Amino acid sequence: MSSTERWDLRLYTAGQSPKSLAALSNLKRICDQHLAGRYSIEVIDLMKNPRLAKDDEIIAIPTLVRKLPAPLRKIIGDLSDEERALVGLQLRPHRNGAQK
Amino acid sequence: MMREPALPKMSARNDEHTLAKARTGIDGLDEITGGGLPKGRPTLVCGGPGCGKTLLAMEFLVRGATQFAEPGAFITFEETGEELAQNVRSLGFDLDSLVKDRKLALDYVRVEPAEIEETGEYDLEGLFVRLGLAIDSVGAKRVVLDTIESLFGGFQNEAVLRSELRRLFRWLKDKGVTAVITGERGDGSLTRQGLEEYVSDCVILLDHRVIEQSSTRRLRIVKYRGSVHGTNEYPFLIDEEGISVLPVTGLGLDHEASTERVSSGVARLDAMLGGKGYYRGSSILISGTAGTGKTSLAAHFADATCRRDERCLYLAFEESPAQLLRNMASIGLRLEPYLKKGLLRIHASRPTLYGLEMHLVQIHKMVSEFEPRAVIVDPISNFVSTGTNRDAQAMLLRLVDFLKARQVTALFTHLTAGGRPIEATDVGISSIIDTWLLVREIELGGTRKRGLYVVKSRGMQHSNEIRELQITADGVELKTVSGARHKEGRAS
Repeated sequence: MSSTERWDLRLYTAGQSPKSLAALSNLKRICDQHLAGRYSIEVIDLMKNPRLAKDDEIIAIPTLVRKLPAPLRKIIGDLSDEERALVGLQLRPHRNGAQK
Repeated sequence: MMREPALPKMSARNDEHTLAKARTGIDGLDEITGGGLPKGRPTLVCGGPGCGKTLLAMEFLVRGATQFAEPGAFITFEETGEELAQNVRSLGFDLDSLVKDRKLALDYVRVEPAEIEETGEYDLEGLFVRLGLAIDSVGAKRVVLDTIESLFGGFQNEAVLRSELRRLFRWLKDKGVTAVITGERGDGSLTRQGLEEYVSDCVILLDHRVIEQSSTRRLRIVKYRGSVHGTNEYPFLIDEEGISVLPVTGLGLDHEASTERVSSGVARLDAMLGGKGYYRGSSILISGTAGTGKTSLAAHFADATCRRDERCLYLAFEESPAQLLRNMASIGLRLEPYLKKGLLRIHASRPTLYGLEMHLVQIHKMVSEFEPRAVIVDPISNFVSTGTNRDAQAMLLRLVDFLKARQVTALFTHLTAGGRPIEATDVGISSIIDTWLLVREIELGGTRKRGLYVVKSRGMQHSNEIRELQITADGVELKTVSGARHKEGRAS
C-alpha cells in the first residue's frame, strides 16, 4: 500500500450519541497517527438522512466504511479497540503478518 | 375413535374487551385464532426450511393492504426484493403494483456474515432507522421481519444483539404495528436463537412433513396470550391463491339433523330406505368389491341431486371426468348437461398426490367455494392407501362433520377387498356413517350376480332384503331376488 494513497472514509452515526462521538474522536486520532494529510472523513447522521442507510447496508451504529482505497471495508463499533480498528482498516497486519 | 375437542365458543364481544385482533384474511387462520393476530403486537411464526413461513407472513401483509386497508412493510434479511417478488408472484400476489400504490414497502437488509470487524461498542440503530423509514413511507400498520435471526450470522456480540432485539420488539409495540417475525426452527427449541423469549404474545408453529411420500403441512398455535385459540395441529394448503388452513372447528355432534329426504336416484332403492331415500345432510357409504356398481349408484345420486337443481360436487379419485361421463352415459346417465349448467362439478385427482389432510383442505376449499348440497367421494378407499388407518378415520370424521354442519349430503363409495368379511370396512368408518349400503357378489341358481342390501340406515325403517343389482342401459335396477321373501322387511 503506497504511502501517498488517498483514504476516503465514511462514518455512519445516529445523532449525537456517546458511541457516535467516541467513534468520531477515535477515528480522527487513528487517522492523524497513520494517515496524516491524506484522509477525508464524511460523517453521515442517519437521524438526518435515514435514506442513506441503504446505500452501504448499514445495520449497526456506528459503522465506519472505507470507500477508498478499494476494496470496501466495514468496521463497526466506536473504534475504542484500536488494535482491531487498525486490523479492520488494514493499517496493521493480521497476527500472522500475511497482509501489508 | 376420538372426536376432536370442540373449540371454545369465541364470543366476539368478549375478545374485544381483552384483546384487539388484526384479521389475517388467510382462509381458516382467523377462525382458529378467534379473529386474527394480536393487533399492535408481534407474533412469531416459526418452522423449518420450506414450511411456508415467509409466505404466511407475506399473505398477512398483502391481505392487510388489499382487504383491510392496512399498509404493510416487509423487511427481508434473506431474499432480495426481486427474489421475493418472484416467489410470491406464483401465488397471484403482485407486489410491484402494491409497492407502486404505496400500500407495501419492501426492504432487503443484507447481513454480511461476520466479515465485519467489531471495534468496540455499537448498537443496531441503523436497522431501526431503516425499519422506521419503511414503516413511515407507506404508513404501515403491519410489519414483517423475515428472518431476523439472520442477524446472528452477522454480528459476534450476542449480548448486544439480544438486548437490541428486545429493544426492537418493544419499539414495534410502541409503534403500534402488528408485526410478524419469522424464525427458523431449532433443535429442541422453537427457534434457533430463542426468539420465543422476546415475542411472547403469539407463537405459531408451521410444519412440513413428508410421510410415506406424501407431504402434509400443519399449523399449530403454540401460544396466544390473552386469547382462546384452537390447540390442534391444523393441516394447511398452499396453492395458487395462497394459504388455506383447515380449521377443525369442533363441530362434534351438535349439528342439526334434517328430517328432509332426498332421492338416491334409484326408485327401488328409495323404497328400500323407508320409501323416501336418504336424509339430507346424512352420510352414506356404498361399499363393495370391484365392479359391483358403486360408481353407478353414486352417479344416480349425482343425477338426482342435479335434477332437483341442486349443486353436486363429485370427487373422482379413480377416473378422469371424461371417463366418468362416458361410462355413465353408457348406462343412460347423461351428466354432461349438468356440468355445463354448473350444477355438477367433477374434480379428479390421484389420491397419492397429496397426503390425506391436504385432500381434506382441498375438499374443504372446494365445498366453501362451490357450495354444493351433495358431495360424492368416489372412492374413499383410496385414501387408505395414502395414510394409516387411524389417519384415514380421523380424516373421514372431519370431512363428515364438516359436511354435516353445512347440511351437505355426503356419499362415499368404498372398495372392499375380496375375501374379507364383508362387514369389515377397512376404514372402520361405520360409526360415522348414517346409511350403509353393501353390494356384493352372490350366487343365484349357479350364476354370479350382484346383491345389494342395507347394512344399516339410521332413523328410518329400511328393508333388510337382498336385491339383485343389475346395471342396464337405463341405469341401475334393483330386482327382487327370486325365492326371497317378498315383503319389505323391518330392521331393528
